[in-house]
Amino acid sequence: MEDTNIDSGNKNSRIAAKELTLSMGPQHPATHGVLRLVLDLDGETIVKCTPYVGYLHRGVEKLAENRNYMQVLPLTDRLDYISSMSNNLGYCVAVEKLFGIEVPERTEYIRTIVGEMSRIANHLLWLATHALDVGAMTVFLYCFREREAILDLFERLCGARLTVTYPRIGGLKNDVDSKWLQDVYAFTTEFPMRIEQYETLINKNRIWLQRTKGIGVISAQEAINWGMSGPALRGSGVPYDVRKVTRYGVYDKVKWEVCVGKNGDVYDRYRVRMDEFRQSNNIIRQCIDQIPEGPIMADAPKYTLPAKDKVLTDMEHLIHHFVLITKGPQTAPEGELYVATEVPKGELGFFFVSDGTGKPYRMRVRSPSFVHVSALPTLCEGELIADIIANIGSIDIVLGECDR
Amino acid sequence: MEPLEIVNRLKNKYLNEIADVTEFRDQVFVSVNRQRISDICRFLHDDPEIYMDYLVDLCGVDYPDRQHRYEVVYNLYSVKHKHRLMLKALIPADNPSVDSVVPIWAGANWHEREACDMYGIIFNGHPDLRRILMPDDWEGYPLRKDYPLKGPADTEYKGFEELKDLHSHDSEWNIR
Repeated sequence: MEDTNIDSGNKNSRIAAKELTLSMGPQHPATHGVLRLVLDLDGETIVKCTPYVGYLHRGVEKLAENRNYMQVLPLTDRLDYISSMSNNLGYCVAVEKLFGIEVPERTEYIRTIVGEMSRIANHLLWLATHALDVGAMTVFLYCFREREAILDLFERLCGARLTVTYPRIGGLKNDVDSKWLQDVYAFTTEFPMRIEQYETLINKNRIWLQRTKGIGVISAQEAINWGMSGPALRGSGVPYDVRKVTRYGVYDKVKWEVCVGKNGDVYDRYRVRMDEFRQSNNIIRQCIDQIPEGPIMADAPKYTLPAKDKVLTDMEHLIHHFVLITKGPQTAPEGELYVATEVPKGELGFFFVSDGTGKPYRMRVRSPSFVHVSALPTLCEGELIADIIANIGSIDIVLGECDR
Repeated sequence: MEPLEIVNRLKNKYLNEIADVTEFRDQVFVSVNRQRISDICRFLHDDPEIYMDYLVDLCGVDYPDRQHRYEVVYNLYSVKHKHRLMLKALIPADNPSVDSVVPIWAGANWHEREACDMYGIIFNGHPDLRRILMPDDWEGYPLRKDYPLKGPADTEYKGFEELKDLHSHDSEWNIR
């Protein structure tokens, strides 16, 4: 009925464009996982964007309530599987603060090194897929070459490439050898040249600039109000970095700067991450220069595993190891605590409610991706449908972490 | 500002609302009655010297044995002043509801939806209170302590109906 009215009625009036509802995802290569967006479109302009998440919900928080503190560690690998090392670190730092454990200095250095390597590996995958989404294929291949190098180093370190579970509560699985450190150092010597290579590919690329500049603008105040964190917040010019405001690792002993953008658009978020490559690279180099000798496990036998070589030769250590592995820590200090660390995607926080038993009464994971997806409609409403790809890329989400 | 000083300022203004103050590892938790949570949050957000502009996290906790069964934990941080305060709203079991803080912090939107999804806490005035991680037709609230870990007993997975048909078809054609 209405259609005929348009045809036969006032012929001078513009034919009203019909609003189209488009369901994008959950199986869509540019949504970086299983994110589903329902887009109300007026022509190509997004009128309303509604994200649907939960397709990867595995109930990590519920599982954690039924496992002891040691058994929860592998679950954190599966949150943000792109940079599992950072997630493990975040969990260990939080549990150590709850238990009141001080880890040895060498461990802090190694943790900082692997944490920053994980940041580089994450940003490499981010740059690769983001560039691919926006239309630059070559960057993808270059980035994966370097990411492979880091994953190979991880494999040599702990035997796993993706879900590493390398840190332990109160220390690390194993110490690093000098050959490994030398190879990491060699990587960091070469890496700045690689960053320049990526930049020559896209920094002045007209398509890249048109697809990213002025797209998905969010002001500093709005970004804070939405609870954004990490490079997505710093792209708007807010110099907030958890590594600077809370003490963990050796970030206070090395020289580095918080990278901030200015305009809060996709391009500035890209620039922040490119600068973070250089900062992380420098942090790793300084850590390798300064790293002291010493033990890698904290002296807190109630919570931490004994040294592996002693377990194989000494009865008491074997029993100690056996009890901790099979039953886990039996007690924990009673209290509530929120501890955050800066993972590549933003602020990863663990909130524990401990009732004194060996299992967390409540473990809450504050994941940056969850917050960033919630802010996605603000970024892309009123823009073109093609820009949503650039926007999803620029907030760097992983749905495993978002859905938990 | 030290967290305890923020608590003092809060006490000056809302003394009757504050139920408890606890401290653990330098973090201060303030438990407040749920009725005026939105005023308290507005005060913490707007006061220029406290200025909690960043809602880091919001989550529910379930204590089945307590008088107030649920707690909603507000993790507040000030990017400008670099101080943190944990605020807890006490919520009874018979009427699990509390005012939404979405008008103050836009980022509370999904956190509140999640708390509603997982604990069944109703946030009054929330713009779009739906389930978020669980399917829309899910029954029960998974993170409540009385919810079994393996899910409700009567919902055992029976496999896809479509696949059952497919297998019966296979036998007809003597594939196996």
